[in-house]
Amino acid sequence: MDSLNAIVLLLNYLFVPALSYGSQLALGAIFVSLIYGILRFAYFTAGDLMSFGTMFTILFTWYFQYLGISLGFLPTALLAMPFGIIITILYVLVKDKLVFSYYRTQKSPPVMLAMVSIGTMFVTQAIVRIVIGPFDRRFFDGEKFILKANEFKEMTGLNEGLTIKSTQVITLLVTIIVVSILFWFLNKTKTGKSMRAYSDNEDLALLSGIDPKKVVMITWVIAAILATIGGALYGLDKSFKPFTYFNNMLPIFAAAIVGGIGNPFGAFLGGYVIAFSEILLTYAYKKFFVYLLPASLEPDGLLQLLSTDYKFAVSFSILVIVLLFRPSGIFKGKVL
Amino acid sequence: MRKNLDIISAYSIMLGLIILVGFLQSWSMALSILCLCLISAVMTMGANIQWGYAGLINFGIMGYTALGGLAAVLVSVPPVREAWQVGGFNMILCAFLIAFMVFSIRFIMKNYNQSKKRSYGIAAIIIVGLILLRLISAPAIESIESVSPATTGFLGGMGLPILFSWIVGAFFAGALAYIIGKIALGLRADYLAIATLLISEIVIAVIKHEDWLARGVKNVIGLKRPVPYEVDLQSKEWFINLVEKFNQGTLNLITNTLERQEALKQLVIESSTVFVKLCFAGLFTVVVIILLIVTQKALYSPWGRMMRAIRDNEEAANAMGKNVVKQHLLIFVLGSAIVGIAGAMMVTYDGLFTPGSYRPMRYTFLIWVMVIVGGSGNNFGAILGGFAVWFLWVEAAPIALFLINFFTSSLEETNAFRVHLVNSIPYFRFLMMGIGLLLIMRYRPKGILPEKIKHI
Repeated sequence: MDSLNAIVLLLNYLFVPALSYGSQLALGAIFVSLIYGILRFAYFTAGDLMSFGTMFTILFTWYFQYLGISLGFLPTALLAMPFGIIITILYVLVKDKLVFSYYRTQKSPPVMLAMVSIGTMFVTQAIVRIVIGPFDRRFFDGEKFILKANEFKEMTGLNEGLTIKSTQVITLLVTIIVVSILFWFLNKTKTGKSMRAYSDNEDLALLSGIDPKKVVMITWVIAAILATIGGALYGLDKSFKPFTYFNNMLPIFAAAIVGGIGNPFGAFLGGYVIAFSEILLTYAYKKFFVYLLPASLEPDGLLQLLSTDYKFAVSFSILVIVLLFRPSGIFKGKVL
Repeated sequence: MRKNLDIISAYSIMLGLIILVGFLQSWSMALSILCLCLISAVMTMGANIQWGYAGLINFGIMGYTALGGLAAVLVSVPPVREAWQVGGFNMILCAFLIAFMVFSIRFIMKNYNQSKKRSYGIAAIIIVGLILLRLISAPAIESIESVSPATTGFLGGMGLPILFSWIVGAFFAGALAYIIGKIALGLRADYLAIATLLISEIVIAVIKHEDWLARGVKNVIGLKRPVPYEVDLQSKEWFINLVEKFNQGTLNLITNTLERQEALKQLVIESSTVFVKLCFAGLFTVVVIILLIVTQKALYSPWGRMMRAIRDNEEAANAMGKNVVKQHLLIFVLGSAIVGIAGAMMVTYDGLFTPGSYRPMRYTFLIWVMVIVGGSGNNFGAILGGFAVWFLWVEAAPIALFLINFFTSSLEETNAFRVHLVNSIPYFRFLMMGIGLLLIMRYRPKGILPEKIKHI
């Protein structure tokens, strides 16, 4: 019984939160990785593009709420998301036309493009803050829990409860759907294959008649879709605050590099690697061992490897270690 | 003279703008802009050495700035004896343990060939060392932090004049840069950018949460100053006389003695803040000029030519027998040390150390905007970039307010849209910075004052 309790404890505080956080990171990491593979620069606007998409999702959510449209037990934001995606797609395409395309035709070095993306980061951040403000916003409505701790306790008769928030399930389901569609697109369709070819060897791809404009445009569209979905899911699960989104850029980059930058599947796994290690290393294991060990061996401390303040530092340390020993990432970069 | 015309005109415009602020807003405001412009100029010089001379991207500027600030605290605050008594011994033991770990790992790396055994040995040393560190430091940290936590709760510093910290800050930042450089300099340009950005976040996390070191987010306030305090000045005879002399004209207009006394008092209070800021500005200018002379000399020395050669063609420089790795490390350390000086200067100027205020937008990306806008590879350009961008950063709010009022003048005062825009004025500075950076990168990619290479 005690060992069951211990497992439920870990599931509740470790596995479920890490899985949903990891999915949100993974969506971000995939598009950072795609942009790196195809457009060949580090896209520093990543976090702010996510907040841009989320902002429009929130605005549409408010509008639908005002109109009285809802999805019943599901959050209204799911209905608003496609509209947010469309606006984000328009935004990135306009941005590409006005800003990035010039440097592509000039064949500027990647560093230059990364600097330019810092410029667009400032602009995007300003737009988000001017339109919606820098404050913390919650836009979740509908049913909050799928499984409440008390219900679980009654059902199983265990001491420990297992809570599953509906946002966590939604996050996981949406991620699975989006990622499988994406990988089907990249691996099976002609356009997807041409993108992979372009990423592998630009000159050869151009020679064989692949239209670079189309490849670039589709990359931006995918980036906008993933950014809005990832951002909106994060906002639903936690809350929307532009500054947090900007900060999320860092673990997203960590995930993309750990997974092997330019390799979307690696980035997808990298998101989970980062999320799980962050939570595994900062969780206090005291209660877990209280269940498992006999009373005489009970630990006195919290048995926490690192204080939760260092959550971010964990993912960055992993990144540094990966960069040191396997600069191409755990799953080998640049294969797409 | 002729060839430096652009430099001279750019700098006179900048100075004119600051003086204009003095006339339009207040002299105290103008001087505080000038002081922060000077500090920013030091930071951009550091970044410019790395980027402009050697082509290294360092997005970790925030980390070095914070370390410089930490140096200011550790140098100037008097030591907390009680805290040293309860936890000092253990902390020193920890320091020795870390040193021992580092040396033993280096010893193993040097004397044994790469093998599985060696890797396991090193891993064992690290793990055992970390556990020991945790066991030794945990009780000490707890007792240090419980020594009157409202005012101290940390080990304190050395109680030396704060000016020393400018040098110590440089050493701190240089030491960190040495470690980072050893780890990350082999990476490709954009990887290096990301790695340094993340490492600087780790540095901030450590400073924020290790309360025994510098109180963490509880902040250290009331640091000593290298210049007089306003309150002391206001009671000094010579200062009052000086103010009287300067304002003879306006004071003579007032005939009533009582009113005159009152007016003089007001003037003394106002001028004391201006005087203090003038002192700061003088100190900072000295630093900027010294650094400028040194960096200019270095740029046009054989060493500077070698750095440019390495930047422009690493392989060719390597083939000519230049040690690229070593030079990269050297310039990484030097540039970061200069940023460390700026960090210490900033905390000295503010008189307080607030780890919570170190954010990458303000301390890393803004500095990069300065370098790019000013002109990378040109020290005068970098300094000008620091001035121009900081000036815009501060004055963006009044400019935005003016523009909003201008364009929405047809709307009513209480119009929701207008009120919303007025409330979000602080964020227009991000917009201006972003658009400014994009325009410069597009139409003048080498910056306002581009790099000039003297051919011999």
